[in-house]
Amino acid sequence: MKLNLLLIIILSVVVACRNGQQVIPHEETQVTEPDTLRHSFYLLNEGNTGMNQASLDYFSHNTGIYKRNIYNDVNPATVKELGDVGNDLQIYGGKLYAVINLSNKVEVMEKFTAKRIGQIDIPNGRYITFYKGKAYVSSYAAASGTVEGYVAEIDTTSLEITRKVTVGRQPEEMAIINDKLYVANSGGYSPPQFDRTVSVVDLNTFTEIKRIDVAINLDHMKADKYGDLYVTSRGDYYNIPSKLFVIDSKTEQIKDSFNLATSNICMKGDSAYIYSVEWSYITNKNTVTYAIINVKDETVITNSFITDGTEKQIQVPYGLAIDPVTADIYVTDAKNYILPGTLYCFSQQGKKKWSVTTGNIPAHFVFVQP
Amino acid sequence: MLKLTFICLLVSCAVAAQDTAALHTLQTVTIFSAKSNSVTPVQTLNGVALERMNSLSVADATRYFSGVQLKDYGGLGGLKTLNVHSMGSNHLGVFYDGIQLSNAQNGTVDLGRFSLDNIEQIDLYNAQKGVIFQPAKGFSSTASLYLQSRKPVFKADEQTHGKVSFKTGSFRLINPAVRLEQKLSDKVTAVASSEWTHGNGRYKFRYTNGTYDTTAIRNNSEIDAWRIEGGLYGQLKDSSTWNIKTYYYNSSRGLPGAIVNNVFQRSQHQWDRNFFVQSSFNKKIGNRYNMLLNAKYGHDYVRYRDPEIVTIDGILMNRFRQHEYYISSANQYKLTSFWDVVLSGDFQVNEMTAVNLDHFPIPTRYTTLAALASQLHFKRLDLQGSLLATIVNEDTKLYVAGKNYRAYTPTVIASWQPFTNPAFRVRSFYKNIFRMPTFNDLYYGTSGSPALKPEYTKQYDAGFSYTQQMPGLWEYLSIQVDGYYNNVTDKIIAAPGKSFRWMMQNIGKVDIYGLDAGIQTALHRIASVQTDFSLKYTYQRAMDMTTPGEVNYKDQIAYIPLHSGSFITHASWKNYDINYSFIYVGKRNSTGYEIPENYLKPWYTSDISLLTHFNYRKTLVKVSCEVNNLLNQYYDVVINYPMPGRYFRFSVSLNY
Repeated sequence: MKLNLLLIIILSVVVACRNGQQVIPHEETQVTEPDTLRHSFYLLNEGNTGMNQASLDYFSHNTGIYKRNIYNDVNPATVKELGDVGNDLQIYGGKLYAVINLSNKVEVMEKFTAKRIGQIDIPNGRYITFYKGKAYVSSYAAASGTVEGYVAEIDTTSLEITRKVTVGRQPEEMAIINDKLYVANSGGYSPPQFDRTVSVVDLNTFTEIKRIDVAINLDHMKADKYGDLYVTSRGDYYNIPSKLFVIDSKTEQIKDSFNLATSNICMKGDSAYIYSVEWSYITNKNTVTYAIINVKDETVITNSFITDGTEKQIQVPYGLAIDPVTADIYVTDAKNYILPGTLYCFSQQGKKKWSVTTGNIPAHFVFVQP
Repeated sequence: MLKLTFICLLVSCAVAAQDTAALHTLQTVTIFSAKSNSVTPVQTLNGVALERMNSLSVADATRYFSGVQLKDYGGLGGLKTLNVHSMGSNHLGVFYDGIQLSNAQNGTVDLGRFSLDNIEQIDLYNAQKGVIFQPAKGFSSTASLYLQSRKPVFKADEQTHGKVSFKTGSFRLINPAVRLEQKLSDKVTAVASSEWTHGNGRYKFRYTNGTYDTTAIRNNSEIDAWRIEGGLYGQLKDSSTWNIKTYYYNSSRGLPGAIVNNVFQRSQHQWDRNFFVQSSFNKKIGNRYNMLLNAKYGHDYVRYRDPEIVTIDGILMNRFRQHEYYISSANQYKLTSFWDVVLSGDFQVNEMTAVNLDHFPIPTRYTTLAALASQLHFKRLDLQGSLLATIVNEDTKLYVAGKNYRAYTPTVIASWQPFTNPAFRVRSFYKNIFRMPTFNDLYYGTSGSPALKPEYTKQYDAGFSYTQQMPGLWEYLSIQVDGYYNNVTDKIIAAPGKSFRWMMQNIGKVDIYGLDAGIQTALHRIASVQTDFSLKYTYQRAMDMTTPGEVNYKDQIAYIPLHSGSFITHASWKNYDINYSFIYVGKRNSTGYEIPENYLKPWYTSDISLLTHFNYRKTLVKVSCEVNNLLNQYYDVVINYPMPGRYFRFSVSLNY
């Protein structure tokens, strides 16, 4: 009995000494010389489902320093940190917006400091885009009484949801041309009965006016400067391959398509940078193509925008971004989705300039325009 | 290197053991019962010791074993699976009254569903049970956990007895149980038992990073579960024995999910129905031949509802149904007084269907097992060897079936008493075995891959046991030490596959160097106070060997602490018992890569229970009161699945 008491006392002391949890500090790596021509950017790491490990990295062009995991340092008071699975990152006005899919929110931060301003509660949010002082967020969550998703309109000053419009099932990325919002619907919750449409929403009335039939399981959507929409179809992962389609926003009809299993797409001027992944049943391997499409005449210019052989080191290409000024190319490697990823910076000519370790599943870039 | 150190350790202990006195049979009630005759490392919890422990389920009790990690999602209804020697919970065979509880869908058994109310004994064997006379299934796992339900026992003049108990406490637990034993004739006895477990499962948890400090209530954690069990035990004229058991479990539970930023409440729900009926028949013919027949039919049904996913048909509702048919024949023949041979043959069919799951191929698996085993037992040396042949035929109604598979896997076990004093024994084993990919591994959605091969484990173990009665202050001393090297190859893990989508693949490799040590002792009665102590320690260096050159190459795999251990002490005085248990789990990482983001700090819990018993008329009344996690430590076993802080349990039972 005495012994038990003694033990309890000893244990109490031991427990008192247990380390308090601490804010995990960010890490800095000097990756390059300072270069004010290039843009600073944020990179959102998705983090694996359920791990609550979405994280924010920042590259500063003034210092050439890459800072990994800055959110916690800047915002130590956010309960359970940035959240679970980051899915999109954008800047509008003076604010930085991060869509944190499984934390059911859009995190709103200051553009230059990443200091938290607040959050917009949106369950299962996917992508965010902006137009005339409003933010538009697509959500997988079922609009009430339907099996379809919705797009929420948010006032970027008050950060309040102003309107909602029901679109197709499990909407993904959006693009805006001439007061119209185009939404890629995936229907990913009901394989093999995927959605196969693009919803057209009139931004004035905020009603869905049309659906354009494209292909199953749509995902990415980017507008070019000629009024065309580039939209990717992920296929069914079994028999129907993924593909890239071009929609003419004037006719709202498919005008072109590419047999490229496009995983990500990024626009700069007349160039659409894409990478595509094809699985070969012959070699049981993935073949990755890093292509550039000229969006003016819709032709593939190159099938390898990485030209120095670095692509062989990239296990799983994931995020993709082009510096709006220098046209430096950024590609991330998500590796096995469990380890920290790698970010590669290539020159416009496709030669590697530097690389750096990121957070888990590095994915979404936004450049900080001064 | 480690092996060498280990041999040195063995030698030095051997020298120490030489001058000790002769062994007396250990008769004291201890915490972990000693089984000095086992040739493989075994840890046992039974009877009174089990009753004293602060445990509601089998899962709670197994935490005290060395060499194991209980993966615990927390709370009354949280999934609890056991990982032995870091090889993965899929490699553990769980046996209920000698017949395996299997789940072809996910390959694991949720030990949180097995209430201790009807369990008499729990044995954990590394490699396999140290007796060769067993079904072929007994040879087919990396490690085996045997749960033995209470058998009816009658005194000479008894016809009927039983037990009524009631437990309550934190989580709004209401847990009444009833058990009835009836002697039907001289040769046949019957037992029936049932219990209801109900609770809202709510508890406080706390997360802090030093700046934020938040305490919240775990919710969507309610459980409502029924268990009904019945058994008939009989003996025939020729003294052969038979039994038939039936088991039904029906539960409805909330799935509280991960606690992540902004999401502290979830709405997923699961319903389970498990039913099995099993029977055994054991007959001796002459002095040389012994026969054991087993048969089982099992049915598992799971319904899963996720209101957060709305499909084209409405809220997602998955239904999974499994059938299992099993027969086994084990035959032992004594060739000579020191040489036994066993031939066992098992055949099992597993079927599974799923509703609302795309591309599910509706598989059937036919497993044929044949084991040939032999044991030589001399005065001071036991040698066992077994060879298991496994033939798996996989068939599906749709799409692509998994591969058929055939393998021959050996086990060699030796146990040696080097000195005249039987207190000290040295033992060693080698085992090569595999687990088949589960139906989920093979067929679940786009991540399933029918091309999977089995996942192999190789185990090399050497250890000793020393059990000695002693004069003087200490009543006895029992030490068990095992050092081991294991490796896992073709480990089935999810990784980017076809078009970089998650896909199950045979790409993992793990090397494990470990040490399990346990010491148990008791003081001689002082002023009618009986005390005993158990201390267990586990060292496990489990290295990820998957990709040479990768950043996590040779890092500790996820959720395995380098150091862990338990301490239990107990004192009894007259009708009173006090039990204290302590568990320590050292630092771990959550993903298999050692960086600050993945760091999980050590945790340790102290549990105390007080028990008393008295007779009221002809009824034995037992009352107990438990305080668990006495120091109210908040911790996660699985990241973002918070465990309860301090909680209480009270129980009373009437035994007549």
